[in-house]
Amino acid sequence: MTAFQTVKSLDEALLPIVDGCLLVVPREVSGVPMTATRALVRRGVRDLHLVALPTSSLQADLLIGAGCVATLETSAVSLGEYGPAPRFSAAILGRTITMKDATCPALHSALQAAEKGVPFMPLRGLIGSDVLKYRDDWKVIDSPFGNADPIVLLPAIKPDVALFHAPMADRFGNVWIGRQRELATMAHAADKTIATVEKIHDGNLLDDPILAAGTLPGFYVESVAVCERGAWPLPLPDHYSADGEHLALYARMAATAEGFAEYVDRYVHDKRAA
Amino acid sequence: MNATFRPEELLADQIAQLIGDVRHVAVGNASPIPATAALLARERGNGRPYVSLLGSPKNTFWTDGARELFDCAGQGRIDVFFLSGGQIDGQGNINLVSVGDYDHPKVRFPGSFGSAHLYYVVPKVILFRTEHSRRTLVPQVDFISAPGASAGNVYRPGGPVALITNRCLFSFAQGRFTLVSVHPGHTVAEVVENTGFDFDRPDTVPETPPPSPATLKLMREVVAPQLAELYPQFAAHVFGVGIAAFAG
Repeated sequence: MTAFQTVKSLDEALLPIVDGCLLVVPREVSGVPMTATRALVRRGVRDLHLVALPTSSLQADLLIGAGCVATLETSAVSLGEYGPAPRFSAAILGRTITMKDATCPALHSALQAAEKGVPFMPLRGLIGSDVLKYRDDWKVIDSPFGNADPIVLLPAIKPDVALFHAPMADRFGNVWIGRQRELATMAHAADKTIATVEKIHDGNLLDDPILAAGTLPGFYVESVAVCERGAWPLPLPDHYSADGEHLALYARMAATAEGFAEYVDRYVHDKRAA
Repeated sequence: MNATFRPEELLADQIAQLIGDVRHVAVGNASPIPATAALLARERGNGRPYVSLLGSPKNTFWTDGARELFDCAGQGRIDVFFLSGGQIDGQGNINLVSVGDYDHPKVRFPGSFGSAHLYYVVPKVILFRTEHSRRTLVPQVDFISAPGASAGNVYRPGGPVALITNRCLFSFAQGRFTLVSVHPGHTVAEVVENTGFDFDRPDTVPETPPPSPATLKLMREVVAPQLAELYPQFAAHVFGVGIAAFAG
């Protein structure tokens, strides 16, 4: 069998992420494709409908600050121990993005609906909250199997593209995600999946039953690009930890619009200060 | 005030006691004090309860992705969870979203995280807020990320049981907070002065008991190094763990 050309250059791999597309990305500790995110900022992608499953940190903040996002759908954006996400906060206060506030399991469930090819998923909780009040796309029905038992229905989220970073892929497009199973949910739900990886595995990941259990099969995967330390400065689970010093630097610089612009120049466009 | 323990150690000891004898405690993002308490409870219980710390590779039992926590909670497999709020009101409503009108907010917080589900389905939710002020403990929250109580026909096996702050411990039942104890160095008058909502209190309010020497030893020597994996800054600041590691 000849391997279909799934492994591409980063810029080529990212081509399906066009202006206005519905893009799903994983939470801050699951393998965030930061090298790819910086490439998207350099390319100047616009009007993304960004779904962060179910939360985000640096990635959403950077994309928002760089003007790439029209709509953000997530449960929280924060730099964790390094403080609030400054460009996210500024965008909400300045009303420059549309925010669809969610709660973590609602996003998981809505992607699971897409994964199963069904139009919606029910979820407990939410009733009486303002999260529900401000989501006119979510509905409350009486459970058809209950007795006056109200329950929320969430429409399926079917992303155009799922984008994440993983430890390795093979030349057949199989991607090893290990125990970060939400990456599989994202890929199952999305029309196209783009993975950046630390390295290419020689051979076929599905040949080894232990590796196969943590592998996303290639038929879900549109393209793979190799990006060593591709999650930096965020962590890649079981491989490397977050670069706390850099995250603290980002938090300081991104606190103002001017500082953020300087950060982008230096670390995204790679223009080093003399 | 007894200067031989830090305020964070007092809070973690109290939270560990609130956790009680249960099977599975989960701790969400940005919750270093509850994480300390949960790990302390696990050390005291010789490995029980199970403690799942969100974001920690070494302290999670999940193998089915980030949704597994919520699926477990929905089934009643999570006994204790912790929530905070930019605002918390006297009805136990929590606000993790914004101050002011939602469409024109004055302050924006990160977001609701899993609260709008977990607050309903986890039997014992412990609220914590280390800034006890009229800014944080308000008569009515500006945005309800999750309500303290629900109408009778809404599925609600879970909810708040307590609120612990830097000044005191409240219990929560029948839709109201009751002052349980005031931490060493603080007073009832100060709690009243700094709380924006009404609450019940007994005629005599006891002082929160300090952590025992054995508890402090366990926290500092066994729990703190485990904590440093997920909360390096907190572990270094409170327990001096990172600094000691570099010095060694």
